[in-house]
Amino acid sequence: MSLDVLGPLLPVVPLVAALSGFVLPLRSRTAAAALGIAGAAGAVVVAIVLAVRVDEPFETVVEWVQIGNLSVTAGVRIDSATTMVAVAVGVVALAVQVYSTAYLHDDDRYPPYAAQVSLFTAAMLLVVVAGDLILLLVGWEIMGICSYLLIGHDRRLPEAPAAAVKAFLVTRVGDIGFLLGIVLLGVNAGSFWITQVLASLPGLPAATVTAAALLLLAGVAGKSAQFPLHTWLPDAMAGPTPISALIHAATMVAAGIYVVTRLYPVFVLGDPSLVVLGVMAVVTVLIGALAATAQDDIKRVLAWSTVSQIGYMAAALAVGAPAVALFHLLTHAAFKALLFLGAGSIIHEVGSNSMSAMGGLRRRMPATFWSMTIGLGALIGLPPLAGFWSKDAVLHAASSAEAGWLPGLVYGVGLAGVLVTAWYAGRLWLRTFFGAPRSPGASAAHEPSWPMTVPVVVLAVPSALLGLLAFADDFGARLTPFVVDVPEASLSHLGAETAAPLAALVVGLVLVWALWRRDAARDPARFLGPLRSTFDNAFWLDTVQDRLVVRPVVALARRVSSADQRVVDGAVEGTGQGTADAGDVLAAWHRAGLPRAATALLAGVLLFAFAAALYGSAT
Amino acid sequence: MRPVIPYVVAALLFGAGVYGVLRRRNAVLVLMAVELMLNAVNLILVTADTTVRATLPHGGQVFALFVIVLAAAEVGVGLAIVLQLYRLRSSVAVDTVRLDAAPASELDEPRLVRE
Repeated sequence: MSLDVLGPLLPVVPLVAALSGFVLPLRSRTAAAALGIAGAAGAVVVAIVLAVRVDEPFETVVEWVQIGNLSVTAGVRIDSATTMVAVAVGVVALAVQVYSTAYLHDDDRYPPYAAQVSLFTAAMLLVVVAGDLILLLVGWEIMGICSYLLIGHDRRLPEAPAAAVKAFLVTRVGDIGFLLGIVLLGVNAGSFWITQVLASLPGLPAATVTAAALLLLAGVAGKSAQFPLHTWLPDAMAGPTPISALIHAATMVAAGIYVVTRLYPVFVLGDPSLVVLGVMAVVTVLIGALAATAQDDIKRVLAWSTVSQIGYMAAALAVGAPAVALFHLLTHAAFKALLFLGAGSIIHEVGSNSMSAMGGLRRRMPATFWSMTIGLGALIGLPPLAGFWSKDAVLHAASSAEAGWLPGLVYGVGLAGVLVTAWYAGRLWLRTFFGAPRSPGASAAHEPSWPMTVPVVVLAVPSALLGLLAFADDFGARLTPFVVDVPEASLSHLGAETAAPLAALVVGLVLVWALWRRDAARDPARFLGPLRSTFDNAFWLDTVQDRLVVRPVVALARRVSSADQRVVDGAVEGTGQGTADAGDVLAAWHRAGLPRAATALLAGVLLFAFAAALYGSAT
Repeated sequence: MRPVIPYVVAALLFGAGVYGVLRRRNAVLVLMAVELMLNAVNLILVTADTTVRATLPHGGQVFALFVIVLAAAEVGVGLAIVLQLYRLRSSVAVDTVRLDAAPASELDEPRLVRE
């Protein structure tokens, strides 16, 4: 099959699975599972074929709509970086679909769930391959609605609907900026076709490009959970665990980073935007890592670690290394999907999200234990696991970037982040798998059924080995988006400077181990002292957001609503009521008795006669 | 002939009719006052027929005949209504007929109202 067909086929395969899944009746679980798995597997196959066959970037362009001077095209634009991300998306989606069949075995709304996951995958793949900004926006928005539906899937949880609405609204705030940015770019370039937009960039006024880049960044911050729009991601843990894996690893949060690499020239030319992105990334890395240290909910630890790891990717973009950001995106997709699915297995067995109800699971769930160990090792950057190479590449990109204060800041915060990451990952590992079981569920736990174990174990392979791709000759070149004028990144560089992050990692691990060893039954987070509640509440940013944004907006909405009811509705209803009242008065006059009616008639006749006489004499 | 005399008489008759319509309480007398006004008009028509040269000759007299016929029919209808009113209320005083009271129950079941 030619590439021109395979490219558009990539999002179409899961889309077809999703659309046929939506019409299935609620009781046909097997058909729904088969459709979901087939859709994801088809996407994986197409993505792998593309990854093998695509060497040179290629595009297909079909004009879709012509609006005045603006043309909207429908087409794909595929380079080797695209295919890599597509493979990651497909593999994670496949793992999630297989895992969900067992994780949601007693869920009565499984068929729509599986179809929504397929739709989510299709939307992400559409964002990945889209060759046109409008097409990209379509995928971007479908992801927003899918995340809303899936986060709110579990209706028994009281916090799920609120979390779903929060995720939808917070990302929507960013999406408004994203939409405006796209419109600004498209209108000025005369086309939404990405190639043409990028080609016309040098001719555009600098202020326009800067404004577009900053507006796009708002959308990126919303989708990729960057400060200050990161607050939805930890709350999104109310969704089923496989959904967390999907959102955190391959779709949604990855979309923001990927779009920045796709439109990288916009950000390079829109001058202060990369600095803004860098500052956002640095703040996000710190907030995410510190907040993860004090959480008791195992999923929230992982959620905050996602926030912080996405911060690393954004930092890599800010210091001018999009290939490195994509490299970290790929390794992160592998190990974060593994961690979430593993955590889901543990929650499934223990019956609680809380780490204080776990402990001693090492012997009871050995496969999960070893897989999670690999995943956590990759997360903290333990050599030779995947995360080590990609995080090292991020730090190397920061330390070798010239010019300005930003790379230095990124490097320093990145090192501190490595230390804190090692601390909280070590805490999660020790609290979950070591010591004595702290609840009946934990002492009765055992390895779950194969559809849940196999994806976790399979994902351990890329989590461990994906980093070695950095030694492949052309891997850095393949990950570099083809439009970008940046030097090809070398992704592997072992040297003296590797010692610094390794030292930070060892310090973090030793610290948490020493604290844990004093009393294995208690939480090492108690040594954080007064900072613990600050970290646990993520610096009270939710409260700040509530006070500064949510409450004023709700109060304003209430005012507007009551003004609408009293003034606007009042005017309309008052007009009607006034007319009816005036009608009643007139009707009362008409119900006169005969004497008055006759008098009135005579008066009228006299009046007309008088008027006629006056008129007659005047003419 | 002096047409002024019948004109003045007609005006006086008409005025008496208007006064009767406005002031009388008895429905039969109100009807008679209306007849007075009609006959005043008839008088004017007949007088005018002799004084004004019209395209159609004797149109006024013909018209007066028409009015007389119409008045006879009208009195028949009017007296029938008055009779019905008397059956309904045992009174033919026009100013006691309340038009602003809710008529629905009266329409449902006509009954005598003694006041």
